[in-house]
Amino acid sequence: MFVHLKDVSYTYNLNMPFETVALKGINLKVNRGEFIGIIGHTGCGKTTLLQLLNGLIEPTKGQIFIENVDIHKNKKKLKEIRKKIGLSFQYPENQFFEENIFKEIAFGPKNMGVAEEQLVQSVKKSLQMVDMDYQSFKDRSPFSLSGGEMRRVAIASILAIDPEVIILDEPTASLDPQSCSKLLSVIVDLYQKYHKTIIMVSHNMEIMAKLARRIIVMEKGEIIMDDTPRNIFQKSIDRLEDIGLSLPQVTYTMYKLKKIGKPVSSGILTVEEAKEEILKLVNENKK
Amino acid sequence: MIEFKNVTHFYNTEQNEKIASLSEINLKIHKGDFVAIIGANGSGKSTLVKHINGLLLPSKGEVLVENLNTRDMEEVWNIRKQVGMVFQNPDNQLIATTVEDDIAFGLENIGIKAKEMGERVDWALNIVGLNGLRNSEPHLLSGGQKQRVVIAGALAMNTSYLILDEPTSMLDPKGRKNILEIVKDLNKKESITIVYITQFMSEAAQFDKIFVLDKGRIVLEDSPKKVFDKAEQLLGLSLEVPQITRLARELVKSGLDIPGNILNEDEMVKYLCLYI
Amino acid sequence: MMFFRNITIGQYIYRDSIIHKLDPRVKIITVILIITTIFLVNSWTGFFIIGFYLFINISLAKVHPKFVLKGIKPLLFIISFTLLIHFFTTPGDIIYRIWILNITREGIHRGLFISVRLFYLILSTSWLTLTTSPIALTDGIEKLLSFLKIIRVPAHEIAMMMTIALRFIPTLMEETEKIIKAQIARGADFESGNLVKRIQNFLPIIIPLFINAFHRADDLAIAMEARCYRGGEGRTHYRQLSINSIDHVFIIITLFILIVSYLWVV
Repeated sequence: MFVHLKDVSYTYNLNMPFETVALKGINLKVNRGEFIGIIGHTGCGKTTLLQLLNGLIEPTKGQIFIENVDIHKNKKKLKEIRKKIGLSFQYPENQFFEENIFKEIAFGPKNMGVAEEQLVQSVKKSLQMVDMDYQSFKDRSPFSLSGGEMRRVAIASILAIDPEVIILDEPTASLDPQSCSKLLSVIVDLYQKYHKTIIMVSHNMEIMAKLARRIIVMEKGEIIMDDTPRNIFQKSIDRLEDIGLSLPQVTYTMYKLKKIGKPVSSGILTVEEAKEEILKLVNENKK
Repeated sequence: MIEFKNVTHFYNTEQNEKIASLSEINLKIHKGDFVAIIGANGSGKSTLVKHINGLLLPSKGEVLVENLNTRDMEEVWNIRKQVGMVFQNPDNQLIATTVEDDIAFGLENIGIKAKEMGERVDWALNIVGLNGLRNSEPHLLSGGQKQRVVIAGALAMNTSYLILDEPTSMLDPKGRKNILEIVKDLNKKESITIVYITQFMSEAAQFDKIFVLDKGRIVLEDSPKKVFDKAEQLLGLSLEVPQITRLARELVKSGLDIPGNILNEDEMVKYLCLYI
Repeated sequence: MMFFRNITIGQYIYRDSIIHKLDPRVKIITVILIITTIFLVNSWTGFFIIGFYLFINISLAKVHPKFVLKGIKPLLFIISFTLLIHFFTTPGDIIYRIWILNITREGIHRGLFISVRLFYLILSTSWLTLTTSPIALTDGIEKLLSFLKIIRVPAHEIAMMMTIALRFIPTLMEETEKIIKAQIARGADFESGNLVKRIQNFLPIIIPLFINAFHRADDLAIAMEARCYRGGEGRTHYRQLSINSIDHVFIIITLFILIVSYLWVV
């Protein structure tokens, strides 16, 4: 096991007039090589959880272990943690400040102590991982790119640190469908080709269904479900919408069919699955 | 009526090339219409709607709103009284320190007397369902609530036309659903003309008419059923069809005799019931 | 990100008090008068009268003293420092001697006077901001400044800038926090290093913040224009300010007390 959150709670403005409990009693284990999806309404605590995972903030209660080491026992270790666990916030392009893409991406590894000579390698590799050509992009200003390209460069700047785990907070937020697909294929590559452990927050169930092996559902600062996508989608539609999911249209269709008594299975998320299920039933009906 | 007469719009790139962001746009949007505009990134959707209230002026051609020309420096303000606009970023449209003051902002600008302002603000707050939040500060609201404040601000101006440029892109699913419901209500109950840009095909499918833009030109202009029938053409424009429509097409390919342009779940269920 | 969500704009706390109901212009003028008097008065009786007057004002405002004192805390250091400087550096009759430093009678006198003045200054401005909402304050300032339009003071524009600033301060603070965290996640270090290095380290925060702010300004300007904003000409006001008899009485009493405090020297 790689990351372990043990009985973690986090309260903002502790002991002050506006004290707010963001997380309570979180127990979570993340293993190497997993692809975990995190779902929940705005305000359920997911962003706080993500920041705890790479030591950006310290829990008010409980402990966080990374590779069996309590990361808050020794503050100096925190920088080491950030080399292993990369975090990309929502709208990561908001952190751009350099004059060209090379420098922007090199910022991370430079801070982590990578030598000048190695920086070119780091930048090249991370651009490759997000499917962008080093030569054509390295001298351009990060601000001259399209929305989708900026998003990928921002993620490359995290990848340049060469973390084992990558945390993505709503990576496709506000992207048009084309850039969205492009980014998703990049994420698939990160998982399958480059063997990164991925933790991703998203509202989009189609995406989660395709990529995540395990989904964690949060509500009001607690983890209320931690299961495979299939099992989670067996639950009722109302419950799922309450949690903050936008279900695929085919899933709704299956639920409606089920409601009027048709023998369909639930948990269907993609067009292919729906097609198979429907054709199966059509054939059975013919008999 | 909103009318575009042969509108072309040029802009200069960094290398000083002249590029047409809109090319020979001809369209008419009538009072009471409920239309969506879709198109790939860079197809000119935002540029087009910014011509409606004169935020941008055509390089060639004319844009008329209720027979007022956007080029007229004085009339354009009358146009803006009738045409309300909602943009993508909920945060960057709110200017005042409380909800009700923000809704009143537009009214202050056009010199409405204080008493009437009060009535209009109350009415607008009520329509968008934000009565309990009139004294709230903008930064404490959710994205969906913020957009509702913006819509209320436009309503208070007694707009007849409401233009929304990807109003739900930055919202969560619940917020998105909510805004679309409000927009539908406004059209049905208050007879407000809606022009709605979206990248979500499932949203576009719920409108009466869809304009499809590609590289600054209108390439399709029809009902959702007819537009989503042309899936291959859309694919060539980097556009998808709604997931349910994709399923319908797959089933048609597999031999089922159902329409290939089904737009929503209820329709799909209806047709499937003939077979299972 | 949550930290700034609950900070309300300004120090304003709502209460049902006479002071809260006063016209903001009256309160602003009152504070200006108080501050002027504070620096003109030179006697202990004068200060005592002003102090008593401030005490009454704060009590009438029904605001708990702890909120008022909260405003003093950050400046306690400066006040103490000023006090000591005057103790030790004013020439005159030496009363006490610590090592090589002399405390003079004149020093104590001056030091205490200045400290009391600073104290009263903070009290009166806190009183203003605790009882007047940011909108009311901006409206009040705008109305007062509009008298200066004759000498081309852009009253409306100043008020609009203040409103927008107040509206966006919490938003920009949240943004700053996000940017700082994002850069720390990339290994940025804002704690160690010499002065030059530390200033350099701030570029990854300042630049994105400025860019962010400019984007917002751009969007906001477009939204304002779409909402028929054409500058201050012809604008009406949602919130109406009106001077009532209570305001008149308050100002008269205030003037009287302040004049007395200046003139009455025992």
